[in-house]
This record gives sequence, C-alpha cells and structure tokens, in this order.
Amino acid sequence: MRRSIGILLLLLVFPARPILAGTVPVCPSCEVTTIGEGIAMAADHDTLMIGKGRYHEYNLVIDKPLTLIGLEYPTIDGGDQGEILTIIADQVTVQGLHIVNVGTSYTTDFAAVRVVESSDFVIRDMKLEQLFFGIYLEKSSRGLVEGNTINGDALEEFNSGNGIQLWHCRDVVVRDNTVRQVRDGIYLEFSDRIRIQGNRSTNNVRYGLHFMFSNNDSYEDNYFENNGAGVAVMFSKQIRMVGNTFRKNWGTAAFGVLLKEINDSEISRNLFEENTIGISIEGSNRIRYENNDFVKNGWALKVRGACYTNTFSGNNFLHNSFDLSYNSNLNDNRFEGNYWSGYTGYDLDKDGVGDVPYRPVKLFSYIVNRTPETIVLLRSLFMDIIDFSERVSPVFTPDKLFDTRPLMKKVP
Amino acid sequence: MGKILKYSFFDLMRSRWSYVYFLFYLALGFVLLFLNNDVAKAVITLMNVIIVLVPLIGTIFGIMYFYNSREFTELLLAQPIRRSSIFLGQYLGVTGSLTLSLVMGLGIPFVLYGLLRSGAIWDFGLLLLTGAFLTAIFSALSFNIALKHENKIKGFGYAVLLWLFMAVIYDGIFLLSLIVFEEYPLDSFSLVATMINPIDLSRILILLKLDISALLGYTGAIFKAFFGTGLGFLLSFSMLCCWTGIPVWLLVRNAKKKDF
Amino acid sequence: MIQIQNLHKQFGANRVLTGLDLDISGGGIFAVLGPNGSGKTTLIKCLLGMVVPNEGIIRIDGKEIKGRWKYRQDINYLPQIANFPGNLTVKELFHMIKDLRQKAGDAGELITLFQLQPFLEKKLGTLSGGTKQKVNLVLAFMFNSPLLVLDEPTTGLDPASVIRLKGLIARERQKGTTILITSHIMQFVEEVADEIIYLLEGRIYFKGGIKALKTKTKQNDFEHAIAAIATSQDHG
Repeated sequence: MRRSIGILLLLLVFPARPILAGTVPVCPSCEVTTIGEGIAMAADHDTLMIGKGRYHEYNLVIDKPLTLIGLEYPTIDGGDQGEILTIIADQVTVQGLHIVNVGTSYTTDFAAVRVVESSDFVIRDMKLEQLFFGIYLEKSSRGLVEGNTINGDALEEFNSGNGIQLWHCRDVVVRDNTVRQVRDGIYLEFSDRIRIQGNRSTNNVRYGLHFMFSNNDSYEDNYFENNGAGVAVMFSKQIRMVGNTFRKNWGTAAFGVLLKEINDSEISRNLFEENTIGISIEGSNRIRYENNDFVKNGWALKVRGACYTNTFSGNNFLHNSFDLSYNSNLNDNRFEGNYWSGYTGYDLDKDGVGDVPYRPVKLFSYIVNRTPETIVLLRSLFMDIIDFSERVSPVFTPDKLFDTRPLMKKVP
Repeated sequence: MGKILKYSFFDLMRSRWSYVYFLFYLALGFVLLFLNNDVAKAVITLMNVIIVLVPLIGTIFGIMYFYNSREFTELLLAQPIRRSSIFLGQYLGVTGSLTLSLVMGLGIPFVLYGLLRSGAIWDFGLLLLTGAFLTAIFSALSFNIALKHENKIKGFGYAVLLWLFMAVIYDGIFLLSLIVFEEYPLDSFSLVATMINPIDLSRILILLKLDISALLGYTGAIFKAFFGTGLGFLLSFSMLCCWTGIPVWLLVRNAKKKDF
Repeated sequence: MIQIQNLHKQFGANRVLTGLDLDISGGGIFAVLGPNGSGKTTLIKCLLGMVVPNEGIIRIDGKEIKGRWKYRQDINYLPQIANFPGNLTVKELFHMIKDLRQKAGDAGELITLFQLQPFLEKKLGTLSGGTKQKVNLVLAFMFNSPLLVLDEPTTGLDPASVIRLKGLIARERQKGTTILITSHIMQFVEEVADEIIYLLEGRIYFKGGIKALKTKTKQNDFEHAIAAIATSQDHG
C-alpha cells in the first residue's frame, strides 16, 4: 500500500511528460471570471488558481490533465441544476474548493465531484455541502481522496446520496476525510486494493461505511459513530479492519459492523463501544478477531447462520449486556484467551488464565432471540438464577462453546 | 411528626442494626471495588445487589422495627399527638436511617476509590436514588403488613414472601407468560408488567442507563418510544413515586382505624 | 367530665363492649372493676383514642373525642404494661415525653420519691420490671392534668412503692383530679376508691360507692361483695 502512495507522489511531482505548466488565474475581477472558461482555455498541465468568490456553474467537465486550486475556498454554487465537476482525464488535481447545491435527481446520481475512467487523480481539502452525491469515483484507479469535508443534510434513505463512493475502482487511497449526514458515508462496490484510513464518518442515515464485492481492501484507524445502521461489509474477502472505532450505533437493526459473507479477513485492534450489536456475523468464515475491545454493547457478537473456522483471541469483552448470541449449534469457531468481564472463575495456579472455562452464551440470550420482549427482564435475579443453572449444566446453549483459557486481566 | 421522626431516627441510629447495615454496605462497597478495581464495573455488580438486597433489608428492617417499637407506639398513642404523625414519623425514621446507612455505606468506599473523578458518578447517583426509593417502598409495604398482622411470625412470613414474590417469582411468571403468549404483540404488556413491580421498575430505570444499547435492539414501536426517549425515565420515576405514595397513604389510613 | 353513650366495640367475633353508658361528673377516684375480659382496658383505651369504637359517643368536657387528639393533652395515662423503647435512657424518655406533650412537668420530685436517680442514665431496655413501672408512674404523675387514668398501677411494685403511690393518688384527689383506676388488688381498691364501676358483659353492671355495693350484695367484706356481683349475675 505504502508503495502505491509513493508511486502516486512521484507521479505528481514528476509527471510522466515534462511540460511547462502555466497558470490561469480565475476570479470575479480577473480576465477569466468563470471556471468553465478557465478550463476551456487552459492547456494540458496548467494550473487554475481560483480566487475567492461565488461561481454559479455546473456540469463542468475537466477533460485534460489540469490542477484546480481554490484560494481561500471559493464557492461553486450548482444551483441545484446537476453535477458540478466531472473529471474524465488522467492526472487531474482538484483542491480547496467549496461546492454547494448539487442537483438532486431520482434518475441520475449527480455528484459534487465525479471521476470517470481516469487515473492518477487527487481530490483534496474540498468542502462539500447541500449535496446529493459527494465524491463519486467510477472505474478509476491510482487516486487519492484526502482531507475533504462532506457535510450533508440527508434525512431519508431514498432521496439522498453517498459521501464518497467508489465503483469499480483500483488502488485508491481515501484518507482523513470527514463525512457526515449523507446516506452512506463511504461506499465501495467492486473496488479492490483500496485503502481507507483515518476517516470520520458520523450521523449518516444508513451506513458509516458500506462495501460489497470489494476484495483486498484495508480499513484502518477510522471512526464511525451514530450511523443509522453502522458499518456493513458484505460479499468480500481478504479484508483488513484494524484500529477502527465503532460507537453508539443504536437501534433495532443497528450494529457496529455487519459481516455478511466475508472470508479470510482480519479484524483486530478495533473498539466497539455502546452499539446495540458490536459485530453481527452472518456466513463469514476464516476470520481472525484479535485484540478488539467490546465495551458496553447490547450484544458484543451476534452470530447467525453458518460461520466456520473463525478465531477469537485476545479480545476484551467489557460489560456488554450479552457477550455472545449464537443461533445454531454448529461450532467450528474458537474462543481462546479473551478477557470477559462477566467471568467469575478463579486462577489458583496464578498463570493469569482462569482455571475453569467461560461460557459466553447465556440462556437468557437464547430466550431473547426467541421472544424479544423478554429483554425487559435483563439483569433480573430470576434470569441470573436461570443463567447460573444453565451454566452449570447446559441444556439449551451450545455445550461445546466456551473459552478454554479466559484471561484474568484485561488485555492491555 | 417532626418530633416523632426525630426520636425514631435517634432511636434507630443507636440500635445495633443500623450499624450492622451500615457496616454491611461499607464492606460490600470495599469488597466490590477491591475485587473489580474498576468503579464502572462495580456499579454494575452493585445494581444487582441493590435491586435484590435493598428491598429485602427494607422489608425485614421495617417489619422488625414495627414490632419492636410497639411499646413506643403505644406510649405515643396516649400522648396528644396525631396518629398519622406517629406512624409517618416512625416510617420516615426507618426509611431515613436505612437510606443513610445505604448512602454512607456505599458512598464512602466509592468516593475513596475516586468516584468523583470517574464518569460513573451519575450511574452511581441513580443507583443510590433507586436504592432510596426501594427502601421507602418496601419499608412502607412491610409497615402495612405489620399493621395488619399482630402475630409477628405471620407478619414476618408474609413480608419475606412479598419480597420473594417481587424479587424472583414475579419475574418467573412474567417470563413464562411472555414465552407462552409469544405469538401475540407483547410490548405494551411487558412494559405494564414491568411497571407494576417496583423491583422490575427500578431495574428498568437502571438499565436505561447501563444497557440502553441492548434495550434498543428490540423492534417494538412502544419499546422504542419508551426506551429511546426521556419518556421511560419520566414514567419510571413517576411510577416509583406512586409506589412510595400509595403504601404510605394506606399505612396512614389503616393506622387511623387500628386498635391498640 | 366524661360522658359515654351506647359504646360498642368488638374485636372480630368477640363483642367486648355492648352498649356501655357511663357518666362521671368529675373529681374523685373511680375504680373500674370487672372479671377478666369484661372490657376494662378496652373502655380505657376507647377513652384515650387508642381503640376506635364501633359505635357510641364519648365526650370529655362536653366535646366529642372522635377524630381529635388534642384532648389527650389533659389526660395522664399509666399503661398496664410498662414497656419503653429500649435504646433510650430514663432521662431521655422523660425529656422526650415532656418535649412531645409541650407541657411543663416536674419529674424531679417523683424521681426522688421513687429513688430513680441511679437509673437515670441507664437504657430502658436494661431495667427490671419494677423499675420500669416506677418510670411509668413518674410519666403518669409528672404533668398536671384534670384526668388521670391508671391501668393496674400496682403491678410489680414493692410495698414501699405502693405506699408512695397511694400518697400520690391521695394528693391528686386533693387537687380535684378525676382518677380512673383498674386493679385486681381489691384491698388497694377498697382503700383508695370513692366509687366502683363494675363492668360485666360489656356494660356497666354496677356503679356506686363501696357501701352501696356492700348493701346491694348483702356482704360485709368488699372482696366478697365483688365476687358476689358475678354470682348474682349467674343467678339472675
């Protein structure tokens, strides 16, 4: 990954074709007063220096390698007419623009900035507001989307667009962006070798991050909070999710992360805090869950359907209402060496590992799965007694599901 | 009434039992913190203790005090004092001293362990408030039982049975009826059933703080309105007030008719 | 002073008072007598508002007592069984009762009379029965009230204290206090009482002086006279 960024930077600093780049100033009092004019008259590899002001323009098409730089955030007001910037050439850089009033349509996905079948693009430090789609990358590669702020005003799913969308893309880095209140904060479909890093995606109507059919991607150090449903990860393989924070996704179908048919992946060092469900897992195999913290979730893990050969180790399960709910008896998943705050065993040989195994599935979670209203009996004495007796001699809960080496102390 | 309260409280504060409870809570607080070494976790464990033990202690203490202070009561009855003042005074004395034992006993260890600097202070405060309510409710109920039954053994038996019912049996029946009728819409039923048992009510009140993420996992719209907004909090609190007010009112009413 | 009309009280199926009428105009010592379970204590407790009658009117100084409590300001009561809150000391008890009654009372003289000084700092729970009864007596006599109700005052007292008690009763009588006494010690009753109120089956069976009683029952001995009332009832 790092190498691909290096290549990218090299490309930016030493473009493939040596050229003598000119500068085209655009401002309300300049010779050139509209960006459209500027683009039209610029030669390849020129830089448009766009001065402060309000430009009422839309459907601007960048069809040659250009650099657009906004000085003190000039505003491009699309007047709700349609798309604002469409990039259809390689080696385009867009930076420091404030884009407002992107057109909304039920038939066309208008975006503030769209990149179509291009490579080596940079979209940086943009501010997007009153938008439909934010940054829309399609069939593009070797790009960088960095430091953008996307501030939506979406309320409903059906008439809103996504913040940053990647469709059939390769080798793109999306980092340090802030996306709030759009439909899906970051959306990926059929996009491979993408690196999503250090973004903040909050208060979105549907998902903070949503991806499907996208393999070999990595998600690191992102922050997702209070999204309608959380983060959904579906039909993909070779995914790395490391060091992310998933917080406060509350609601009937809300979760920190939904894993659906994800295989051969790694989920480690993430924090899942105060979500209705920490990770909801469906049909996902060969995933390593390591060193994650599950704090105060309703359910830390909810496993549905067939999930094989997953390993959970070195995780901290702290004060979740339920640590694990499991709706099938199939069990090829291994829990070993986790810390469970609900563990009440002892450690006589002082090796830091509890001497009796921990059963993370409570009978009560089984009952709640069956009759959801029983949730109001959470933490009642009666339920504790029932859970205790079930723990002593399991009847309903999978009797082979336990952590054989529960830790006595939190994993640091 | 103020004077009766003063003397009852004074009397109770000198009795061995107040110290026993105070020391019990004190020990409990320290042990919990020592074992968990984490204020937030101790608060959760404490919740289980509070919703089970506080009602039991309130019940037993209330009934014991009522029977033991019969002479005092009779002495007071011959004095120019309103009857309601006598019983309210004694009742408030019991509730007050128990609450004081609870608040001091648990408060001291938690404050020493840095409660004031931790984020758990609100949860803890809510816990103590709920504990105070439960004390008030169950001492009032046990006073009523004691007033009805001259026979100490009988009264004691009924009081413990009441506690057992509220703390355990009720939830068992509740759970069974939820499972039996699972095909029907049950969310209003389950909320109402929760409201009419003060122990469940207090539990829900604490859950609203500790386990809100799990509670919101359920689909019902009524649940959502209840747990997702301030409504649940407000409703639970007013119900707790009712649960305190009604037994106290009954106590005063029955005390007026009672022969000594 | 006291008017009682048609007083009824039953505890469950047990009818204790069945239409009792009584009129005590004031001054003097009235002994309320009767066999066990005849309703003596119930009558007294009705008077004090501790027992709520099923029916009937009780007036004290012309005012009905039902639902009121302030009239107890003017009644001193000595309960039959002297039990006090165990955690209080004798001194605190005196102090507390004074505080509760909001009335000036002089315990000092009575404490000396019954030699209670050594017990003042002791907790009531640790006192012997006799000492408790003395404390009880102090409480009953420490206030000036026009009505004094003594339920079995001699219980547990040593002879010397009984003599002192008689002295106290005599002194109260001098002051014109109305005194109601129940007792099983006939000798004591004969000695102090001006009038006998004899209860039987929940009604007043006899009310009058000792002499009248003796005449009525044609007995010379008071104790026999009392016993004879009950027997004559059997015959009648």
